[in-house]
Amino acid sequence: MVDRIPILKMGQYLLLSIQVDMHDQLAIDLQEDLTEQIVRHKAKGVLIDISSLEIVDSFIGRMLAHIANVSRILDAKVIVVGMQPAVAITLVELGLSLEGIATALNVEKGMRWLERTVDRDMSLEPESDDDTDISAEAGN
Amino acid sequence: MTTTQTFPLKQETDIVVVRQQVRKAAEQARLGLVSQTKIVTAASEIARNALIYGGGGECRIEQQMRDGRTAVCLIISDQGPGIEDLDKAMVDGYTSGNGLGLGLSGARRLVDDFVIRSEPGNGTVVELWKWR
Ligand SMILES: Nc1ncnc2c1ncn2[C@@H]1O[C@H](COP(=O)(O)OP(=O)(O)OP(=O)(O)O)[C@@H](O)[C@H]1O
Ligand SMILES: [Mg+2]
Repeated sequence: MVDRIPILKMGQYLLLSIQVDMHDQLAIDLQEDLTEQIVRHKAKGVLIDISSLEIVDSFIGRMLAHIANVSRILDAKVIVVGMQPAVAITLVELGLSLEGIATALNVEKGMRWLERTVDRDMSLEPESDDDTDISAEAGN
Repeated sequence: MTTTQTFPLKQETDIVVVRQQVRKAAEQARLGLVSQTKIVTAASEIARNALIYGGGGECRIEQQMRDGRTAVCLIISDQGPGIEDLDKAMVDGYTSGNGLGLGLSGARRLVDDFVIRSEPGNGTVVELWKWR
C-alpha cells in the first residue's frame, strides 16, 4: 500500500493529486505534510485534485475541511478539483456539504481560480512601509 | 444464486479492502455507478464504526435476490460494547467521539434498506442493502 501522497511545488502553489484509496492514517499524514509544506514554502495556494477518488466518506470529507481551515489560517487559498458526479451526489446524501471549500471542475479551471484569487489578494494588501491606510485597505 | 464472502475488520487498512470488495460486488450485481458509490460509502462509514467503537469485527458481502431484483447485502458486525440509545445514535450530528455524527444516519440515507441491531454488552450488527 502507498504510504505517502506526493505534494508538488509549482511557484507559489502546491499541487497534489490523490490517486489511491486512502486509509485513514494516510489522510492524516497528508493533512500534516501539507500544513508543513505550506509553511515551509510560504505557499499562497493549494490545488487538490480528487478526480481519481471513487468515494469520499465522512473521514476524507473531514480531512478536506480541515485542510481548508488550516490553510485559511496560514493565508493560503485551497481549491478542490475534479470531484466525480457520483461522489458529489453521494456526499450530499451522506449529509456532508463541504461548504466553505472552493471547488472547480478540473485542474485548469482550479488553477485559474487560484491565480485570480491570489492576485486579487496581493493587490489588496497594504504597502508594508506605510502606517496602514484604512481606506486603501477597504478597496477604492 | 447467492455468493458470500467475509472480510475481517481488524485494522484501518481493512476498511480500504472492504471498500474495494464492496465495489466489486456492486459491479457484479450490475448496480449503476451512483448506487455503487453510495453502498461503498455507506460500507466505509459502518466498517469504521465497527473498528473504532466496536473494537473490530467483520464484513460479510452477499449477492441476494430481493423482490426479484439483484441486490448487494452487507452484514457488518462487531462484538463491542453495543449502542445504548439507538434512537439517539441514529440522529444526524450525534457523536460520542469527535466525528461529525454522520456515519449511521448518512449510511441509512444512502442505502435501500438499513437494519441495525445492537444491545449494550452484545455488540452491533448493521445490514446494508442496495438493489438494482
Ligand atoms: N459499532 C458500534 N459500536 C458501538 N457504538 C457505536 C457503533 N457505531 C456507532 N456507535 C455510536 O453511535 C455514534 C454515532 O455514530 P456515527 O457513525 O453516526 O457518528 P460518529 O462515528 O461519531 O461520527 P462520523 O461517523 O461522522 O465520523 C457514535 O459516536 C458511537 O457512540
Ligand atoms: Mg462513524
